[in-house]
Amino acid sequence: MAGIPHDHYEPKTGGQRWLYKRLPVVGLLYDTIMIPTPRNLNWMWIWGIVLTFCLALQIVTGIVLAMHYTPHVDKAFASVEHIMRDVNGGYMLRYLHANGASLFFFAVYLHIFRGLYYGSYKAPREITWVVGMIIYLLMMGTAFMGYVLPWGQMSFWGATVITGLFGAIPGIGEPIQTWLLGGPAVDNATLNRFFSLHYLLPFVIAALVAVHIWAFHTTGNNNPTGVEVRRGSKEEAERDTLPFWPYFVIKDLFALAVILAIFFAVVGFMPNYLGHPDNYTEANPLATPAHIVPEWYFLPFYAILRAFTGDVWVVIAANWLSFGIIDAKFFGVLAMFGAIAIMALAPWLDTSSVRSGRYRPMFKWWFALLVIDFIVLMWCGAMPAEEPYATISLIASAYWFAYFLVILPLLGVIEKPLAQPATIEEDFNAHYGPKAHPAE
Amino acid sequence: MFRNIALIAVSVVALAAPVGAETAHEQIIEDVAFPHEGPLGKFDQFQLQRGLQVYTEVCSGCHGLRYVPLRTLSDEGGPGLPEDQVRAYATAFPVLDEDANRDALYDPAKGEFRTLVPSDKFPINTTAGAPDLSLMAKARAGFHGPYGSGMNQLFKGMGGPEYIHAVLTGYTGEEKDEFGSTFYENHAYASGWIRMPPPLSDDVVTYADGTAATVDQMSMDVASFLMWTAEPHLMDRKSAGFVSVIFLLLLSTLLYLTNKRIWAGIKGKKTA
Repeated sequence: MAGIPHDHYEPKTGGQRWLYKRLPVVGLLYDTIMIPTPRNLNWMWIWGIVLTFCLALQIVTGIVLAMHYTPHVDKAFASVEHIMRDVNGGYMLRYLHANGASLFFFAVYLHIFRGLYYGSYKAPREITWVVGMIIYLLMMGTAFMGYVLPWGQMSFWGATVITGLFGAIPGIGEPIQTWLLGGPAVDNATLNRFFSLHYLLPFVIAALVAVHIWAFHTTGNNNPTGVEVRRGSKEEAERDTLPFWPYFVIKDLFALAVILAIFFAVVGFMPNYLGHPDNYTEANPLATPAHIVPEWYFLPFYAILRAFTGDVWVVIAANWLSFGIIDAKFFGVLAMFGAIAIMALAPWLDTSSVRSGRYRPMFKWWFALLVIDFIVLMWCGAMPAEEPYATISLIASAYWFAYFLVILPLLGVIEKPLAQPATIEEDFNAHYGPKAHPAE
Repeated sequence: MFRNIALIAVSVVALAAPVGAETAHEQIIEDVAFPHEGPLGKFDQFQLQRGLQVYTEVCSGCHGLRYVPLRTLSDEGGPGLPEDQVRAYATAFPVLDEDANRDALYDPAKGEFRTLVPSDKFPINTTAGAPDLSLMAKARAGFHGPYGSGMNQLFKGMGGPEYIHAVLTGYTGEEKDEFGSTFYENHAYASGWIRMPPPLSDDVVTYADGTAATVDQMSMDVASFLMWTAEPHLMDRKSAGFVSVIFLLLLSTLLYLTNKRIWAGIKGKKTA
């Protein structure tokens, strides 16, 4: 494997040499776990472990839940109640799985914003970034289909609204929607295919996680300075790095244990806090809820979807220029998917040669505004589609696009970055090392 | 967490019953200090038994509990009735005698007799469109504020049982006739007007333990009972959560010390 020079696995005994010649699996594990890691990683670099744990948690609890769940419109809701009441520890499995999704998204958002701040998406880590975005997209699809399975009111109506988005595609929208649903409306066929895909996609995600890790193990981790590890020689590299085991494994496990303490407090004491009470009412195609609201982790993009109504000038212009093919509904769908797609393009939109936001005085503020923007969008997504939320959503959505399309390209040209440390070792020693400067 | 912001929609949503064209009014749902609340909260077994009595003598006239098995009435962490009392309770629900009703069980389409499987659950009852109450305490909520942030629920709980208590005590005495139905004004109901006539009045049941059967008391008892029907393993869950958190904090401490020790040789004294 290319990358930072470091010690590789050497088979010592006869048995080890025998296996190594045939299948170098021990060597692969050794190189993975002993990967040289920048010694200055801060606490924002723990989310990868948390996310890996979440994926494992969701797969394990999900497999057991699937043993007791019945994917049929007449029985799904009752089978969930069976899990909650009769299955040994079933209530715990289900609450872990439901809240596990929230932890998963909480961690992924911090992970993504970490990458956006420290420029982890920039060359040569574009593949890691894009694969990560595909994982994120698959997570959204998996979570959405999983939410349909309990067959409560929000399950049913959420599925109706979201699959309806595909119906907005001009011309071919309706056939696509019918094809997705397996019929003219959300029904048993929909529930069955969602169950099947909800079981499949996590394994696709697991495979992509392996690719994600492979990619950044090839390029090496980014770090808070954005300065690359020196690769001239093994000795030089070792002054910038430490092996992943034990230094970062123990650090990450400590962070994971703290996060899990909070997570189990939520599961044990307030497991329905993040859920929607409506989903404890069985799906009823004849009774539409007054407000259909997605899960909290979809709210920012839901707000973008709803922000572009027919009276917004961009929508009117798009409608006129496309000879009416792009109406407000389709524009909203394009905006929602575009908001995610544009994140994936960040490596090519950011023109600054400096990676880390730490050394970018102007970028810092625009980034902080982006974080606030995300939270505002989340809040707007939960609010009814009326004033003042409609206007706030529109402004916040506009900023989301402006950040990637205008601010990132411009900043690289107009901003004067601060001096970066020459090496990671220098940065680390400035904080901790024996050659450190006196305390501030 | 921001998802909860959404809960403002909740009660409005679920309560979208066919009521007159009234504009939504300010729902009044007051916090009640139920014994099952908080990380260490436990159901009051006797309160659950009183609540069962109110449900049986009043609510069950129209409402069912289709997901609640009768056997769980003797479970620990619930009303905890002795088994003979559960059996006696179950005799109140007659089951069709298979042998005496052969004709009624004949399915001409298939040309065979259907087998009867008596349910072990409380009967389904939807008299006059009354909703099932099994999950009502989790299907409703209160305390959505401030500004739709859902922060209040962090401190007061989701407000499901409080909602039930509020509906049962929220009648103003006003009524009106619309669309061939009678509606009763109720402060806790989303639209302000509910089709359910006031079900409780003082001393409509007589408690064996001598507790005064006021409307407020009965409302609290039945709300607590319905929280149990919605979440029968609530006490197990809380104690499992408690043990998990203790162990994880212990593990965190050990990992913190390990981490510190491992890095001690690398870091030196923190200077900035």
